[in-house]
Amino acid sequence: MTPLLEVRDLTCRLGGKPILHEVSFEVQEGEFLSVLGPNGSGKTTLLRCLMGLVPFDRGRVRLAGRALSAYRRRALARLASYVPQAMGDAPEFTVHAFVLMGRYPHLSPFTSTRSEDEAAVRDALQATDTQRFADRTLPTLSGGERQAVYIAAALAQGARLLLLDEPTTFLDPLHAANIGRVLAHLNRDKGVAVVNVTHDINRAALSSHRVLALRGGRVAFHGGPAELMAAGVLESIYGKPFLYAAHPQNGRPVVVPEEAQP
Amino acid sequence: MRRFAVLLVLAAVALAVLLGAPFVGPTEISLESVLQGPRAGGAARIFWTIRVPRVAVAFLAGMGLAVSGMAFQAMFRNPLATPFTLGVASGASLGAAAYLYASAALAVAWPAGLPVAAFCGALAAVGLVYGLTRLRKGFATDTLLLAGVAVAFFFSSLIVCLQYLSDPFDSFRILRWLMGGLSDTVGYRGVWTLGPLALLGSALIGSFTRELNLLTTGEDLAASRGVAVGRVKHLLFFGASLTVGGVVSVCGPIGFVGLMSPHICRLLTGPDHRTLTPATLLFGGAFLVVCDTLARAAFPLYSRLTAGALDYTEVPVGVITALLGGPFFLYLLLRGGRRAT
Repeated sequence: MTPLLEVRDLTCRLGGKPILHEVSFEVQEGEFLSVLGPNGSGKTTLLRCLMGLVPFDRGRVRLAGRALSAYRRRALARLASYVPQAMGDAPEFTVHAFVLMGRYPHLSPFTSTRSEDEAAVRDALQATDTQRFADRTLPTLSGGERQAVYIAAALAQGARLLLLDEPTTFLDPLHAANIGRVLAHLNRDKGVAVVNVTHDINRAALSSHRVLALRGGRVAFHGGPAELMAAGVLESIYGKPFLYAAHPQNGRPVVVPEEAQP
Repeated sequence: MRRFAVLLVLAAVALAVLLGAPFVGPTEISLESVLQGPRAGGAARIFWTIRVPRVAVAFLAGMGLAVSGMAFQAMFRNPLATPFTLGVASGASLGAAAYLYASAALAVAWPAGLPVAAFCGALAAVGLVYGLTRLRKGFATDTLLLAGVAVAFFFSSLIVCLQYLSDPFDSFRILRWLMGGLSDTVGYRGVWTLGPLALLGSALIGSFTRELNLLTTGEDLAASRGVAVGRVKHLLFFGASLTVGGVVSVCGPIGFVGLMSPHICRLLTGPDHRTLTPATLLFGGAFLVVCDTLARAAFPLYSRLTAGALDYTEVPVGVITALLGGPFFLYLLLRGGRRAT
């Protein structure tokens, strides 16, 4: 079966500085892939390359069997959607209007919104549990609510692949857990493939099918969550020692913070 | 639907302003005399050959400046962007200043020379900014903004140079042109020059309302939603340049309309460009007509005293736009604005 996303030897420089070097991996239809790695390891650039937002120098990216460069923007948007890193200022749109803008690739320039677009928006709001504040404007929402709305808009786009850039980094544990639940629901019940850039090692290990880790623009690890938590793997990714413990519910390994040395 | 109510009110106001403004001015004009047609002479002649074209140019200019400002504000995601941000006005001003200087020095005068020179200057500025940005590959918004500011400064110093070299009278003519205004509009040449440019440019901008909405959420997000960001930005840039080039070549740089009209309309209709665009077109047009009518009517005595001598006794319309628009805008800001739709 052709993978939904196939990345081979992706190499990308920005302003002469090498950012990604020969990165290769695949994402299957319906797979949940978490992307880990220290700051500056190229995770964001990787997502931007996959969305065609920055050109890459070498390698190839194939989406649903076709080269990324063969897609027109609209066609690409119907297949893959993107939730960028939390942005400071949000425009004054209402949540409903903003999510409806996710339907852009499905609208022809001269038609207005159709009932199927409204239905897609309703589904997206429901799936992300954001219909409660559909009539509020984005700047009045909290960070967690806003993140859920950005995911709703990406969902309304109707894509089979959802790329997220650190959706939970600035959220408290409750809101982070909500976003995690939303993503799991989309992946499990709606069959959306997810590529989720995150710093949350435990959540990545517990809730993804596979994990990709970058270090200095190269693939440092690509495999299942169990292999990720094997001795020495995280150390080689982050360059620091980790303490492991068994998860109280299922006994799977998780990392725990060290106590500061006196 | 509050937004449509606002649009309807704006349309009614614009219509009333367009119909009423030509009757205001130093000379009393009655409806009966106007109906005799432009050949009747006297008041009817003033009405048809001075007032009507002037009101038409004011509306087209206000409309074009406002909608270009709106497009730039969305494109650059910068509330302080104006139609002149990219140096179009300083280019046009340099063209006009160069023409005034050269025609005085060479003692030649060509009636259409000033607007043509101004338009060429505007195009030169746009071309220069655009070329500079191309050199650096890509079409990065920040680069474009900075290049515009740099070119504007450069051209402004050239204008100061020309003023310094000119004799006081020509220097004042240059200064007066830099203030912008509509008092030189006589006959329909301005309408035929500005009309096609402003309408074409505004239509081009108006055909991208969904894209403008998405651009205000960020370029990456817009691109990921399927907007061909580069192509759309080129066309918006082109449309705004056509419009603003046309406006400055006919009226000189008139400030404030392009900066404030989109903000005022955003407070009235919300951020959705599908209603914001028509609102901005109507508001900008009507606003400049009102300001120009005030400029024309508020000092009738003063201009009557010097009638036949010099025509720059009218207050430049840019002064009125700022005097009127500034407090109104502050009022809207302080009231907190009815955000959302």
